[in-house]
Amino acid sequence: MKKLLLSSAIALASMSGAALAGSHGVSACLITKTDTNPFFVKMREGATAKAEELGITLNSYAGKIDGDHETQVAAIETCIANGAKGILLTASDTSSIVPAVQQARDAGILVIALDTPLDPIDAADMTFATDNFLAGQLIGQWARAALGDDAANAKIATLDLNVSQPTVDVLRNQGFLQGFGIDLADPNVIGDESDPRIVGSDVTDGNEEGGRRAMENLLAKDPTINVVHTINEPAAAGAYEALKSIGRENDVLIVSVDGGCPGIQNVKDGVIGATSQQYPLLMASKGIEAIAAWAADGSKPSATEGKDFFDTGVALVTDKPVDGVESIDTAEGTDLCWG
Amino acid sequence: MPSSDNYESVVGKANAEIASFGGRDKSLIDRFHHALHTTPALVPLIVLVTAIIIFGLLLGTRFFSPFALTLILQQVQIVGIVAAAQSLVILTAGIDLSVGAIAVLSSVIMGQFTFRYGIPPVIAVACGLTFGTAIGALNGWLVARMKLPPFIVTLGMWQIVLAANFLYSQNETIRSQDIAEQAPLLQFMGNKFNVGGAVFTFGVVFMVLLVLILAYVLKHTAWGRHVYAVGDDPEAAELSGVNVKRTLISVYALAGLICAFAGWALIGRIGSVSPTSGQLLNIESITAVVIGGISLFGGRGSILGTFFGALIVGVFTLGLRLAGADAQWTFLLIGVLIIAAVAVDQWIRKVAA
Repeated sequence: MKKLLLSSAIALASMSGAALAGSHGVSACLITKTDTNPFFVKMREGATAKAEELGITLNSYAGKIDGDHETQVAAIETCIANGAKGILLTASDTSSIVPAVQQARDAGILVIALDTPLDPIDAADMTFATDNFLAGQLIGQWARAALGDDAANAKIATLDLNVSQPTVDVLRNQGFLQGFGIDLADPNVIGDESDPRIVGSDVTDGNEEGGRRAMENLLAKDPTINVVHTINEPAAAGAYEALKSIGRENDVLIVSVDGGCPGIQNVKDGVIGATSQQYPLLMASKGIEAIAAWAADGSKPSATEGKDFFDTGVALVTDKPVDGVESIDTAEGTDLCWG
Repeated sequence: MPSSDNYESVVGKANAEIASFGGRDKSLIDRFHHALHTTPALVPLIVLVTAIIIFGLLLGTRFFSPFALTLILQQVQIVGIVAAAQSLVILTAGIDLSVGAIAVLSSVIMGQFTFRYGIPPVIAVACGLTFGTAIGALNGWLVARMKLPPFIVTLGMWQIVLAANFLYSQNETIRSQDIAEQAPLLQFMGNKFNVGGAVFTFGVVFMVLLVLILAYVLKHTAWGRHVYAVGDDPEAAELSGVNVKRTLISVYALAGLICAFAGWALIGRIGSVSPTSGQLLNIESITAVVIGGISLFGGRGSILGTFFGALIVGVFTLGLRLAGADAQWTFLLIGVLIIAAVAVDQWIRKVAA
């Protein structure tokens, strides 16, 4: 036992020695919500590749689970202590993280929010993200056009993320409803719409299990649901299982957001009608480039025109294109997919 | 205090009353109290039936239909199976935080062995089940032989197994359509049959059979009584000839096996093999056990209670969603139920004297 402890202590010491040796020159930090979600895995790949190309030392940190705020704060503190030039951050708790981010900026570190805007958005130097409202809007417009005249008496279920209604959840949901032509009431809140076409919404935690349970709950409420908005593709796959178990998988339209490889495959197989694809790899590589520029001449990245963040783009992926909504097919979507 | 001098006589009086307990007419509340004490699953059963009646009255046939009621069974099957494993461990005064992680990694092993290495699904499933049992046995060995606290052992094992799950699976989801095409055996627990509008999956049938078998085994076999004895007082059990260590290891190993079965049922339930599912199974299973009236101090409670506990959570979840309540209310009410369940448990124990 003692021997084991001793040898691991030596291993640890030599590892931290190696880390110290590598920390000369420009270094950057990537802090993600978790390191298990394929989206963040892809993000890390993109950042690592770009960092190597530009000769930047990249240290990656991640929360243990989605919503693990403390680990992210500790990671920011570590980056400050390490003398990093820049931090790429996908925050779990978008408002509570702000003081820690401010501390880093005060220390002369460029902080870029990836994928998830901070609250307020200008708490970070810049945000590189998908326009989630637009992502929702595209699938909403597609669903409306795909239904044609039947859109007027559609029965809509929305399968959202979780009860705390994080920004990404609200943006996708409200974008979808707006795209479908539904009055949003307060665009910052899910579930305050009064349109009778909405059967209801339920939460999925963004996974298959939750997607299935939520779909079942809403089907029990109204078995005639024929349009389903899902927060992401795993939730969509779960919803499909629930529909299959009552034999309705072929007459319900499922739309989603993300563009992961299994999700695109599901679009190809007709499980999902259309999905809005986002590009985590691009967010990360753009982020590293921005840090390199900051380290070189102190220049900061600027926002996309007309928006308060840098839009890394979104594309609708479907094999059943409709008039008036631009889209790419699943072959192209597969080339661009992540995870 | 003079009353302390009268200690003996007071005890004498009390004893006389207790001695006449069976024969004498007691008030209704006393009898009820007694019934609750002798049948620990009664409280959760009453709560369950009351909840079903209330939601039935509020929601009518939307809730009170064979479809909706059996839907609840389908929704609680995974938690129900895992909670059965959790019950066994908690009856020995232990706790198992690694149950969900074992279930998920077992399901990942079943899937990846089939798809990555091309092993026949039957053998892959057997490997998954063996893996779950082995991890459970390792937990048991650390608890029984190394004398480590169960909370610590399984807290560590939870992290180890979960990390191994992500490392091994590379976070890769195996899609439902691929499984249905190439290895339908993995989705075996998802097969379903209808009985007059009621829908049962094999996973649900498995859960119910598992609970019934465990209830019988715990009550009517030597091993089952040993489990209770070890949880109640391990030293006394040891002195009366129970092999405490072997009993503990067998309990954890069996719990691991049951969790692996839950992993198999999970594939049937969600169709795909997803390494990110089941993250909260440990907490949800402990919730079911506590609401089901099993004492966290071990040695008391029944596995039927756990089953009812899991169903209560399912009834509240579906009922509140059908009623259109915000999902947050479900968590709030379940929190209330947990505390109420333990409070009732304390009240029942008072009559034990």
